[in-house]
Amino acid sequence: MSDDNKKKEIDDLSGVETTGHEWDGLKELNNPLPRWWVWIFIITIVWSAWYFVIYPSWPVPGGATEGASGYTQFKELAHNQAEITARQEAYLARFEGADFETILKTPDLYAFAVAGGKSAFKDNCATCHGAGGQGAKGFPNLNDDDWLWGGSLEDIHQTIQYGIRADNWDTRDSQMPAFGADELLERSEIDAVVDYVLTLSGGKQTSSHAQGMQIFAEQCAACHGEDGRGMRELGAPNLTDKIWLYGGDRETVYETVFNARAGLMPAWNERLDENTIKQLTIYLHELGGGE
Amino acid sequence: MTATTLSEKPNYNDDVVKLFTLATIFWGVTGFLVGVLIASQMVFPDLNIEPWLNFGRLRPLHTSAVIFAFGGNALFATSYYVVQRTCGVRLWSDKLANFTFWGYQAVIVMAGLGYVLGVTQGKEYAEPEWYVDLWLTIVWVAYLLVYLGTVIKRKEPHLYVANWFYLAFIITVAVLHLGNNIQIPVEILGAKSYSVQAGVQSAMIQWWYGHNAVGFFLTAGFLGMMYYFVPKQANRPIYSYRLSIVHFWSLIFIYIWAGPHHLHYTSLPDWAQTLGMTFSIMLWMPSWGGMINGVMTLSGAWHKLREDPVLQFMIVALAFYGMSTFEGPLMSIRAVNSLSHYTDWTIGHVHSGALGWVGFISFGALYYLVPRLWGRERLYSTKLVSMHLWIATIGIVFYIAAMWVSGIMQGLMWRSYNDMGFLEYSFVESVMAMKPFYTIRVLGGLLYLTGALIMVYNFWKTIRGDVNEKEQQLLSQGATA
Repeated sequence: MSDDNKKKEIDDLSGVETTGHEWDGLKELNNPLPRWWVWIFIITIVWSAWYFVIYPSWPVPGGATEGASGYTQFKELAHNQAEITARQEAYLARFEGADFETILKTPDLYAFAVAGGKSAFKDNCATCHGAGGQGAKGFPNLNDDDWLWGGSLEDIHQTIQYGIRADNWDTRDSQMPAFGADELLERSEIDAVVDYVLTLSGGKQTSSHAQGMQIFAEQCAACHGEDGRGMRELGAPNLTDKIWLYGGDRETVYETVFNARAGLMPAWNERLDENTIKQLTIYLHELGGGE
Repeated sequence: MTATTLSEKPNYNDDVVKLFTLATIFWGVTGFLVGVLIASQMVFPDLNIEPWLNFGRLRPLHTSAVIFAFGGNALFATSYYVVQRTCGVRLWSDKLANFTFWGYQAVIVMAGLGYVLGVTQGKEYAEPEWYVDLWLTIVWVAYLLVYLGTVIKRKEPHLYVANWFYLAFIITVAVLHLGNNIQIPVEILGAKSYSVQAGVQSAMIQWWYGHNAVGFFLTAGFLGMMYYFVPKQANRPIYSYRLSIVHFWSLIFIYIWAGPHHLHYTSLPDWAQTLGMTFSIMLWMPSWGGMINGVMTLSGAWHKLREDPVLQFMIVALAFYGMSTFEGPLMSIRAVNSLSHYTDWTIGHVHSGALGWVGFISFGALYYLVPRLWGRERLYSTKLVSMHLWIATIGIVFYIAAMWVSGIMQGLMWRSYNDMGFLEYSFVESVMAMKPFYTIRVLGGLLYLTGALIMVYNFWKTIRGDVNEKEQQLLSQGATA
């Protein structure tokens, strides 16, 4: 210590005394702690101590101090949720019991349903059907008039609730045979029927047209109809409208006939509450120009 | 002054410092490059090359490369350089010091290969599996031995403040590493292991580790660096000895408790969240102590800052340090955190610390070290240092400004309800809104990388012994005038 004292010197530039230590030419000034630094440090400590009193903070045997405010994050969550539900409740009381017809006739309930449906759609449906409901390969476009399982409010409601090929008794279900994979038709027969199907929506006739027409009548018409206009009870698509779920080029249609298709949609009644499903129904009904 | 110390200079082991310096530069550029790549993947998803080079595998490669490879080698290099000079003795064991070099590079290569091949224990900043963890433990014990051995045989009566920080870094990182890697291997021929702690205990241990990796690796270690290279470059005494003592002990004591602020609004009990938050608030001033001591060291010599881009690097580093150590406590406040958590704001915060503080203080130290280690009179070009400084600073500003805007926007979009009580935006809409900011981030990263490449060129010329003729002429003119 006495050695250090001897080496202490006054720094020329600042006029402050050094500590007398030196390493590799490095010295230290003996400046005091900046006052503002000390004060802010003390204030943060005092503030923390106050916070310990107000909020749950220190572990004690059998739990932790609860804090004077009685705060828990679950209470905070409930408080925040209450704000949101209060906004919905203004409508929900009337919305809950109302049937579709009443909602469509009541402007503010209708606006509420569309707003709720839009919000739910973006978080639940858009992943497959697209943000604007425009669809994608294998996922129907919901903006057009072409409904696989029906476009009335009741039909849409049913489809959303129980899904398509989902795991429940009421789900929409149908199965097109895999004509090629299961060896129900020869490749040449599939070629013929594919060419025939393409003529239904304006394709050119080929030499096998008659054969194709006959195969269609035997194998396909039961579900898709004699005229190929489809059958909604069975979810069999209309083949005459140039709207294709998986694509309308020859190769894709061939693949569809050869392997068949079976898209899936979850049953949303397992995930969403009835009010939300009703809102979605009305939103989609509006989106696709419902029937 | 240089002449006298040169003649008295003990026989320091600078060979190992040179190796670590080169490794720092190499891994720095590598880490920045991977950063630019993964930032680009966020804008152009097609750049994800499955499976080895997808975002999920490259992200830990980036974080480990910049923190542990670039930052780690910089800490090894400077700590070995500083401990010898401030203790006045050669490193305790050359062999062991060399072992820490090759051993540590092996850790980096093993960890990196593991990430790319999909080997991970899934803990942020502690992704390497048990075999790398064990090897790192051996290397780290060797590091501690070399460092302590040198400190013990020192000729100086006192221990310089830089050494306290370096020691705190080495010891605490050892404790953190051991605490967070208690794993049980579950395969005979494979690398898979499971953590002994589960559920919220595992999360708490993880963030005790993760937060203190920031505190003791990226803060304490680099403060050690700052405490030597800033006064050296400025040729001024440290501003306040008392401040260094008080802020050292308060930093060490308080930092270790702040981890739970990473787990606000989770299954972590409320009381632990409160403690994490309040200790983060109390950490504000202890953190700033280092900034004050560094910046105020220039007091009375501010003119040096105007002329010396190396000093500018260090002071800008301290400014970013001050900014991010204010932002950190702010973000730990529960109400702020409910907005900022899980958003890009966190990424921006980390990068103002990593690019601004850790990167810049390391660049400053490297610019100081390279000419001295290779026995050159000066750097090849001071102008290029200035160019590096400005390009990199603009890069950081682009980066963090983009992440602030994008992060706050994200947080606001997620919590936005319309007046009927429905969510205003879906998640994917917030992702789409972030795209322009992700593009700006890529630009910022590219600028930062460009700056580092300018540094590499400057070092290459310096080590070769080239001198920029123009600057040399200007210097000699200045000297005669």
